[in-house]
Amino acid sequence: MTVQAPNPAALLGDLATALASEAIEVIDLTHTLDQDFPVIVLPPEFGQCARFRMEEISAYDHRGPAWKWHNFTCCEHTGTHFDAPSHWISGRDIPNGNVDEIPADRFIGPVCVIDCSDGSKADEDFELTPEIIEAWEAKHGRIPEASWVLMRTDWSKRRGADYLNMREDGPHSPGPTPDAMKLLVNKRGIRGFGTETVGTDAGQGAHYTPPYPAHFFLHGAGRYGLQCLNNLDRLPPTGAMLIATPLKIKKGTGSPLRVIALVAREGGQ
Amino acid sequence: MARSSSSRRLGYDGIVLAAPVTVPYQRFSKETAHWWIARALRQTLKAAGVAPRDLDGFSVSSFTLFPDTAVGLTQHLGLTPRWLDHIPMGGASGVAAVRRAARAVQAGDADIVACVSGDTNHVDSFRRMLSSFSRFAQDASYPYGAGGPNACFALLTDHYMNAYGARREDFGRICVAQRDNALKNPHAIMKTPLTLDQYMGARMISDPIALFDCVMPVSGAEAFLVMREVDARAAGIPFARIRSTIERHNAFPDDPIQMRGGWAMDIDELYAMADAKPDDIDLLQTYDDYPVISMMQLEDLGFCKKGEGPEFVRAHDLTIAGDFPHNVSGGQLSAGQAGAAGGFIGLVEAIRQVTGTAGPTQVKDATTAMVSGFGMINFDRGVCSGATIISGDAQ
Amino acid sequence: MTTPIVPPPKKDPQKRTRVPTRPSELRSRAALGLAAAAAEGRFMLQVCGECGAIQYPPRDACAACLSVDLPWKDVSPAGRLMAETTVRTSTNVYFRERTPWRIGTVKLDAGPSIMCHVHGDVERGGTVRIVNRLDKSGQGVFFALPSEETPAMEDDPQLREMSCDPKYRRVLITDARSENAVALAKAFSDAQASIIFVGEAESWRAYPHRAALAAIPNVEILPLDVTDTQSVNELAGEIGGKTDILVNNARFVRPGGIMDRGDTVFARDEMEVNFLGLMRLAQAFGPAMRGRGADGQSSATAWVNILSVYAYSNMPAFGAFSASNAAAYSLSQCLRAEMRPGGVRVMNVYTGPTEDAWHQPLPPPKVAPAALARAIIAGLKDGLEDVFVGDVAKDLIEKWRAGAKILEREMTEAGGGET
Repeated sequence: MTVQAPNPAALLGDLATALASEAIEVIDLTHTLDQDFPVIVLPPEFGQCARFRMEEISAYDHRGPAWKWHNFTCCEHTGTHFDAPSHWISGRDIPNGNVDEIPADRFIGPVCVIDCSDGSKADEDFELTPEIIEAWEAKHGRIPEASWVLMRTDWSKRRGADYLNMREDGPHSPGPTPDAMKLLVNKRGIRGFGTETVGTDAGQGAHYTPPYPAHFFLHGAGRYGLQCLNNLDRLPPTGAMLIATPLKIKKGTGSPLRVIALVAREGGQ
Repeated sequence: MARSSSSRRLGYDGIVLAAPVTVPYQRFSKETAHWWIARALRQTLKAAGVAPRDLDGFSVSSFTLFPDTAVGLTQHLGLTPRWLDHIPMGGASGVAAVRRAARAVQAGDADIVACVSGDTNHVDSFRRMLSSFSRFAQDASYPYGAGGPNACFALLTDHYMNAYGARREDFGRICVAQRDNALKNPHAIMKTPLTLDQYMGARMISDPIALFDCVMPVSGAEAFLVMREVDARAAGIPFARIRSTIERHNAFPDDPIQMRGGWAMDIDELYAMADAKPDDIDLLQTYDDYPVISMMQLEDLGFCKKGEGPEFVRAHDLTIAGDFPHNVSGGQLSAGQAGAAGGFIGLVEAIRQVTGTAGPTQVKDATTAMVSGFGMINFDRGVCSGATIISGDAQ
Repeated sequence: MTTPIVPPPKKDPQKRTRVPTRPSELRSRAALGLAAAAAEGRFMLQVCGECGAIQYPPRDACAACLSVDLPWKDVSPAGRLMAETTVRTSTNVYFRERTPWRIGTVKLDAGPSIMCHVHGDVERGGTVRIVNRLDKSGQGVFFALPSEETPAMEDDPQLREMSCDPKYRRVLITDARSENAVALAKAFSDAQASIIFVGEAESWRAYPHRAALAAIPNVEILPLDVTDTQSVNELAGEIGGKTDILVNNARFVRPGGIMDRGDTVFARDEMEVNFLGLMRLAQAFGPAMRGRGADGQSSATAWVNILSVYAYSNMPAFGAFSASNAAAYSLSQCLRAEMRPGGVRVMNVYTGPTEDAWHQPLPPPKVAPAALARAIIAGLKDGLEDVFVGDVAKDLIEKWRAGAKILEREMTEAGGGET
């Protein structure tokens, strides 16, 4: 099968038209940066991820009569965010592994959404396995190289303590097995992997070998992680385009994101 | 240390008190202490025919001159004295002024000393004065209810009543008699009669002190001259001789609460120097900011024994026409308390009395008066006390 | 007999909140020794260092021998009421609003006579026990209590003016997650606080004692994160007007000093919680509390900071934590000055190592949450400004007062003052 290379200018023009006519819908996959949004919690003797905080500088008042603005502080990994290869020890020697060094074209790509919501509803420690991936491929076709792959769990609908779902033996939330990550990274050559939970790994991911396999394999191979994603239930299994551009933080290991997906409206062309 | 009885003090021979002046009191005044003092000074100098610029001695007592003192007054009033005094002893300032001025004139340091006291009373000045009256008052009494002297004297009165069986009626007798006297004094602030029933029925201010136990703060001034007898005669003005004086500060500091004043330390000397006894006294002018203090003075000045004050006032008529004339112009309780002039009111009236110039308040045939002063509730008690016996020329 | 107070009726929303007024604050410098002693609930007088004469009122030279060596010492508080009066008119607005007011003259067994406030249960001429209390202007004043306890004596209206008793008051305790929260809430509940609000940060993660906390009578758990200005402001908007006592219980503690940490991440957290947390709370809750300092029987009355005693002298093993507490200590002095117009007490409760995970390797003695809670309630009842809980804190402050530099050298010896 031959693919005719599209005329790029015409393509962008068509895209603009499609966006204007809402034939292509823009889905926001981001949670609001909210002081109360959970962050990952590590054993307390370790350094901790800073919660999002915002201080008013002025609000049309004596501190600044005609303007309102805030200072905000947070961790690179607060809220809906991006993990760069340098985030993990396995990726520390990856060239261009910091957010400021990653070429901008790497942030945009096709997206496959593997729906694990039923399984996650039944089992809070639900595992994404090679078998599930292969079953998905049997239905939707092989995961294209350089795709974003998202694990849909509907975990983003959880609120409060149910989100981290922390218990005495640690958090309980779905995630991929080491074999699943090996398949995605090494065999399928994905661009990155995204989840609705607070990390790309399962809540109990520390107990795999290697621990935290998503982080280990993704970043060790120079791929990216997306977490705390929202609205994955509004994406089709295939066919959407995902754009996740981190802030250009010098030597940054991640960044809060505004993640969007372009989706062909059902019934559209 | 108290003087030994064997050493005799120099008398005040040839030194006299003259030209007594009272500037009629007002409840509140928009004027300043300077204004009140100027009026009193002018009158007393006029009586002796002395021009202000010729006055060579000046003694001032006042609480409300701030930020001025006697020093500022010399320039303010155009005086060029060679002897100047400022006496901060409140209710004891009159006797203290006499003592200092008399010695100055006697020694030739000054020819005439004008002794003046005066204070103004603005609407809020009493409260302001109380809150910073003294360091000990500020630290150790004002924070406790801020009742001012009412509360302090209420404590002394409460203790006195318990210790000696005094009743409120006994204090009432002093107040009622003084009101009777005041009705004869055209300048007294209080102008309506007071009955014992009214006294007893008055509202409590600080138990057991009720309304008529308290003086009324007013504006006013008092003055007199201290000069040589020869000069008074030359000027043709009546005068009174100073027969004796005493003064004491912080007496009996170990008494846990005040039940006597410094007079009790020095009373024998007061009589001895004057060569007089209590029976010789025709009228007594006590310091009467509260009746309990007058009652203590009756005891400490030798008219009865300690604890017999209540019985004494029951047994005597304290009015002008009575057998024991006391505070005959009405005292502070009925004439008003004009700040430091409260330390002069009894003395100035006594000069009038013994010189036979008191007019409507004149005690018949009065020639010898005792005047006592009491001042400065520095913390829990009056610290300064003094007394003098004076006699008219006829004595 | 003291009439026990009853829970206050609901406030009439049409009436203006009474503006705080204060008894006279003017004092000589010597007399400030009373305030210093009252801050810790001690009855002290100047005692001549040379002749031993006990002095009152406070002065600059001994009235017996003119020595100027007049240290303050604890003396016997026993005495007898010699005279009394009930002040019914006062030139001071504060007392004017509170008359009748009973005062008296007490002859102390130790010697001097004093003027003092007098409890309603003291009998005429009766024996008394003098306590030195801070009044609404934050100055030390003497208060004569009956020498024996009487029923409901803490409810005497004059005494209640000089205390910060939690009875029928509404309390906010910050940081439900902390180890102290249950003990504190229980202690306030036992002390008859009418409502105990407990601020809870990060409700999205569980903590073990939440159920126990919620089960305490009158406890209401509300969201509050002292590191989040918006959260603090939101809660102040809701309950700022009914917070009578605020217990600033939030604390961030990690071991380590400067070089062994190698970064400022925990130090920032320590400052965020321990220093800026106090500042955020004070900015949000302070104005309303100060404005309600005279709001009737259950007025706003106290602000409690739980601080490390190492605010006074750095403990290198917890060096950065100590520094954050030194900052909070300093800020608390500023808060005290700013709260003063409202007559709201700022009570600092200092502890040494506490019984928790962060001090687990340290040897005893350590302060248990229940002991801390007891000290806070007792301190509030006595209207204190400075409370030192446990042997370590008491020992440290004594050494600090004896010589801060010597203590510093001692603290910085190997072991960081642990031994």
